[in-house]
Amino acid sequence: MGKPLAFYEALYRDMEAARDATGIQEKVLIQVGSATCEKAAGADAVMVEFTKLIQASGRQDILLKQTGCTGRCAREPVVGVFFPGKMPVKYEEVTVPKVQTIFQEHVQNGRVVTDLMLDKRTDTLYNHVVTLCSSRSCSPDSGRTLENRLKRRLDANGVDPDTIRIFQGGCMGLCSPGAKGNQRVMMVYPAKALYHFRTDQQLDEIIQSHFVRNEILSQYLTRTDFITENFFKLYGDVAFFNKQTRLTLRNSGLIDPESLGDYVVNKGYEALARILDGKDSRAVIDEITRSGLRGRGGGGFPTGAKWKNAITYTDDPVKYVVCNADEGDPGAFMDRSALEGDPFIVIEGMTLGAYAIGARKGFVYIRAEYPLAIERLERAIRKAEDHRLLGRNIMDSGFDFEIEIRLGAGAFVCGEETALMYSIEGKRGQPRIRPPYPTQSGLWGHPTVINNVETWANVPTIILFGAEWFGRLGTEKSKGTKVFALAGKVRNTGLVEVPMGTPLREIIYDIGGGIPDDKALKAVQTGGPSGGCIPARLIDTPADFESLAAIGSIMGSGGMIILDEDDCMVATAKFFLEFTQSESCGKCVPCREGTLRMLEILERITSGEGAMEDLDKLERLGQLIRKTSLCGLGQTAPNPVLSTLQNFREEYEAHILQKRCPTHKCSRLLKYEIDPEKCVGCTLCARRCPVLCIAGKPKEAHEIDQSRCIQCGECFNACKFGAVKKN
Amino acid sequence: MTGTDVKTILHKDIVKFIRECLKKDHPDSYLIAVLHKVQGRYGWLSEPHMAEVAQLLQVPTATVSGVATFYHFFRLRPRGRFAISVCLGTACFVRGADEIVEAFRSELGIGMGETTQDGLFSLETSRCLGVCALAPVVMINEKVYSKVTAKQVPELIRQMQEG
Repeated sequence: MGKPLAFYEALYRDMEAARDATGIQEKVLIQVGSATCEKAAGADAVMVEFTKLIQASGRQDILLKQTGCTGRCAREPVVGVFFPGKMPVKYEEVTVPKVQTIFQEHVQNGRVVTDLMLDKRTDTLYNHVVTLCSSRSCSPDSGRTLENRLKRRLDANGVDPDTIRIFQGGCMGLCSPGAKGNQRVMMVYPAKALYHFRTDQQLDEIIQSHFVRNEILSQYLTRTDFITENFFKLYGDVAFFNKQTRLTLRNSGLIDPESLGDYVVNKGYEALARILDGKDSRAVIDEITRSGLRGRGGGGFPTGAKWKNAITYTDDPVKYVVCNADEGDPGAFMDRSALEGDPFIVIEGMTLGAYAIGARKGFVYIRAEYPLAIERLERAIRKAEDHRLLGRNIMDSGFDFEIEIRLGAGAFVCGEETALMYSIEGKRGQPRIRPPYPTQSGLWGHPTVINNVETWANVPTIILFGAEWFGRLGTEKSKGTKVFALAGKVRNTGLVEVPMGTPLREIIYDIGGGIPDDKALKAVQTGGPSGGCIPARLIDTPADFESLAAIGSIMGSGGMIILDEDDCMVATAKFFLEFTQSESCGKCVPCREGTLRMLEILERITSGEGAMEDLDKLERLGQLIRKTSLCGLGQTAPNPVLSTLQNFREEYEAHILQKRCPTHKCSRLLKYEIDPEKCVGCTLCARRCPVLCIAGKPKEAHEIDQSRCIQCGECFNACKFGAVKKN
Repeated sequence: MTGTDVKTILHKDIVKFIRECLKKDHPDSYLIAVLHKVQGRYGWLSEPHMAEVAQLLQVPTATVSGVATFYHFFRLRPRGRFAISVCLGTACFVRGADEIVEAFRSELGIGMGETTQDGLFSLETSRCLGVCALAPVVMINEKVYSKVTAKQVPELIRQMQEG
């Protein structure tokens, strides 16, 4: 064992001892989410209230901790209560009065407050919870068939299947190559046992032992995989997590993001120690190349190849690594949540990358709009420096590396790598022509590797578990997992991580819980302003780089906005174009002028002045901008328009030919009318109308003068009798 | 010119920060960081302040104003005591942020980017704040209000006037 491994083991021992000194294994743990959105939902007050109650109770066996984003954004603040040896319980939308109830009933008296539980689910009250691996790479006998088989066997063994909650989980990444297509895997909670079996006879043995005699049957236990173990801890929230595979977010929502100790005892810095301990820098690049990892920022460029480029064509001794955390896509919050939930994994990933290419300095370029992420990152960097995991002679290896944070200032184009570099250099963030690529000539002319947050966060996991393991997740060309920010018209808005190639339907319905208010799904928007709108009929498309590109959208960085029947596709396209138009840096003509002309056409269409030729013009202009713009912003700006034209042309036609917005979203095309049958003549609408275009005597039906109406909707909102109709 | 005895109009902490930057590699690359500090203290970037940044950091004034005007985050006019910023990210848009903008506009009687005459309120929109799951959101000074409706707007304004 060399010095870095010895250093790591000492560090691990210290951190473990510090953790055990808190008595966390025996104590009741209360965990409060503390990401930006949790705070916006009132998590700070919840934290304060718990602190007060714990102090007042005088109990020493309760531990209160904060954690990062658990992904359940719509139900925040989320509080987890963990009794040793019992099923974890999670509570949703916790407020100060609810804290008092939870503390009194559950923490003090051990009675779970089922009314306040997350999703009102009482899964955790079953005797056992079983999750079956239903990975597509396993045998066809997975999922539903396996579930039925298990139920039959439980029944045959005299175990009431209703005392056991059975879930079909996502891929657990457990299948060893030799066992592929043969072995079934199931996890049993709260015993945290992970069984593998092939035959019914083996299954019977497990049932007899575990469910009848309550004894763990060790001969069928699978090597417990660390990631799966972590999965157990999320179990207050089975419904949301059982279809997910969390690699980059594996610690998010579990550890205290401000505690280096929490990260280290969860396998943090083991990957770095193993590499620094005598491994050649080439070994890192080889491992990453073999894993098939591709850039998660949207481009999908093979990460290993990028790193290799930075050392192949140059002998420049000065090199840089950069983490692109300029998450500018409206509707995307993956990187913010990742940095707020587990900043150390990104730092470790960058350190590994720096070692691989021989960089001694790294930058994190982050949006100024993310104050909490910045604060957590700063704190994490300082702690890493204090423990010699950054700075000089890292882990006694002789390797030096430091990280500096640079703030963006609200320019979307700075997500483009050449613009980003100018911004780090303190200049206007305008992109330039490539080549030369940053790996040849980057920051101040030196070779620079730029990867986004999620890409860096994948690196330690790949080194830790190996390229082969990583390659088993995902599809042939898109390996691993992808984090999506699920938002818009979906029940469980939040952050999800799934294997590449998971069908959109599974993400939206199984994890996202479907569309609220029983509305119909209309489209899925992926890739933000650079992406496209996927119509509901293509919802079985797998979410991977190739499949999404094939249907006119892009993977992008992971924003996924769900649109329902009430959303106007023309207005949505216009919304994105307004965004890219105002964010265009103005350097090249096609983007600066072209997007403006396209926007003008859309303005015309949505105000009822469009002509059918406009659609051809939009298409021609769109293609031109795509082909001739300087950078990715312009090249992809027409995508929302072109994809909606392709998939929802009839909506454009309704706006033009019938002067009608089918969803009543485009206010200029609305027509308000008063139903004389329902109008009681209360005069409220006439008094509210800002342009005084409603005529009528008291107690008589009123009428709107359409020529003067400005479609403001005041009358519609004012009427208490539903007499004003919107068409 | 940059001696310590020269009287500066910028706060001493900012001057100190700039002097530290000058000792590092590529001092001019800290321009954006310096402007963040100036705006953080004074709320906006005034011309005299920018001129002094140029002087102290030894970069042309044109570069400073070029950078300040390029990035949306930097304000070149003072804002009100309550800076109301309506998020116009996709999720907020889908959930009706435009109605909230309209409500603030009609209640306050000012347009986007403007400040009320009493200097109390200024109205702006922001790009995605990344709080999409709680859309639509409004940020007033540093506090984020989630799931806002147009109907709550008059009440929000009243609260600020009283508080």
